[in-house]
Amino acid sequence: MSQPKLQEKSREFPAVEISGMNRALAADIRKRSGTQFQRCFQCQTCANGCPFVQAMDYPPNVIMRMLQYGMEQEVLRCSTIWICVGCHTCSSQCPMGIDIAAVMDSLRLKAVEAGAPIAKPNILDFHEEVLRSLERYGRAHKLSIMWRYKMQTGRWFSDLDVGLKMLARRKLELRPSRVKNIGEITELFKCYWRESK
Amino acid sequence: MSRRPYLNFSYFPGCSMATTATEANESIKKAAKVLGFNLMELEDWNCCGSSSAQTMCKNLSLGMAARNLSLAPPGWPLVAMCPRCLHYLRSAQECLRASPEAHHALEDHWGRPIPLDLEIVHFMEVLVRHGTDRLKKNLKRSLQGVKFVPYYGCTLFRPPRMQKEKYFQGEMENLLKMLGAEPVPDAYAYRCCGSFLSATDPEVVTPLVNEIIDSAVAARANCIVTACAMCQLNLEIRCTSKVRLPVFHFSEVLALALGAEDYEEWWPRHIVDPRPLLEELKLVA
Repeated sequence: MSQPKLQEKSREFPAVEISGMNRALAADIRKRSGTQFQRCFQCQTCANGCPFVQAMDYPPNVIMRMLQYGMEQEVLRCSTIWICVGCHTCSSQCPMGIDIAAVMDSLRLKAVEAGAPIAKPNILDFHEEVLRSLERYGRAHKLSIMWRYKMQTGRWFSDLDVGLKMLARRKLELRPSRVKNIGEITELFKCYWRESK
Repeated sequence: MSRRPYLNFSYFPGCSMATTATEANESIKKAAKVLGFNLMELEDWNCCGSSSAQTMCKNLSLGMAARNLSLAPPGWPLVAMCPRCLHYLRSAQECLRASPEAHHALEDHWGRPIPLDLEIVHFMEVLVRHGTDRLKKNLKRSLQGVKFVPYYGCTLFRPPRMQKEKYFQGEMENLLKMLGAEPVPDAYAYRCCGSFLSATDPEVVTPLVNEIIDSAVAARANCIVTACAMCQLNLEIRCTSKVRLPVFHFSEVLALALGAEDYEEWWPRHIVDPRPLLEELKLVA
């Protein structure tokens, strides 16, 4: 399936080949998310309400339809699941009561577990840097998170002005706030998928 | 006030309040003290896990939040100000209720009880429940002239897993109206601030934040008041509109109305300086 361009007002999708679909995926995501996305009838309320839909490759309703069809590759590789921040606008507006944000949450986790190619690697990098900070200090240290994130992504000069402004306002603490009993925190990271490889 | 009994709570500040938003942390402590709420910071608390742990590993997310629950002294409700921390702490408790196995495993692991009946509340709930007459009694500076857009942030306004969580819609307006401020409807008060996309994809977030601020300006508000420290940060750092508005933490305006005097340390930490507005309204000298 080719990726539609961003910022297009009306989108046309190519015909979908639904032989070879993965029926197990729908059951799995239903169980993980605890929501009945098969009720979705494409009213597109979610797509109309989503503040971030312009940055997504598929609007949320298309994700629901692709899930119903069992299009595993498409739903696990799309940028939509990474762009979604879980603001729950869609979930609160869905006339069928589908917790769409919970579906996105489950798909994200599934994509990480399955080792699927990540459509927004910078967002995954960011989450990893947050976790690294949590592992080390037990709390989020924004300065080291942003520093390491910039090293990962190489986007040094993007946002330099904002970073400097925050430093000047003492909104980026130089020293991390730390948990004393850090041993209890590092232990928790043993279950983390990166470590178990 | 002096004869009024102190109410005890344990307090979970969370990473933002402890670092980037210390002005929110200081002001909430100040306001609580005036109102007779004893907020005891949770000893050696850790990050609630945040959306990053939630995204990457459910067990990690549960463990991070649950450790905090294991540190809470029994009998005192646990108060959080950050909506997302509140949500993850409550979710962890609910998860442990549903899974006695995980509950016992974590209790054994840390050698501490994790009470499943521990009450986990947002600071605004505490105010609504115990605070209304305390608020009126301790009002020192009327917030007359403060025309604010109440910006709850998504997690407080639209709690995830909605049937199971409390709604706060309208409470911020009620509380600040009592202190003389005037809520301004008709702005994008419920639009998402962009959350972590502000760090990873600022070009996506800037136009959205601008729409929020522009709508507040168009509705003739003179400031935005938010209950979420991350929203506060995003609304300030991602706005590129010409006309900008000060964005206050809810606890700042609260403490200001209750007569706090150390506000000079809060305003320099704002990207949009609120002092001209506050001076114009004669709220600060």
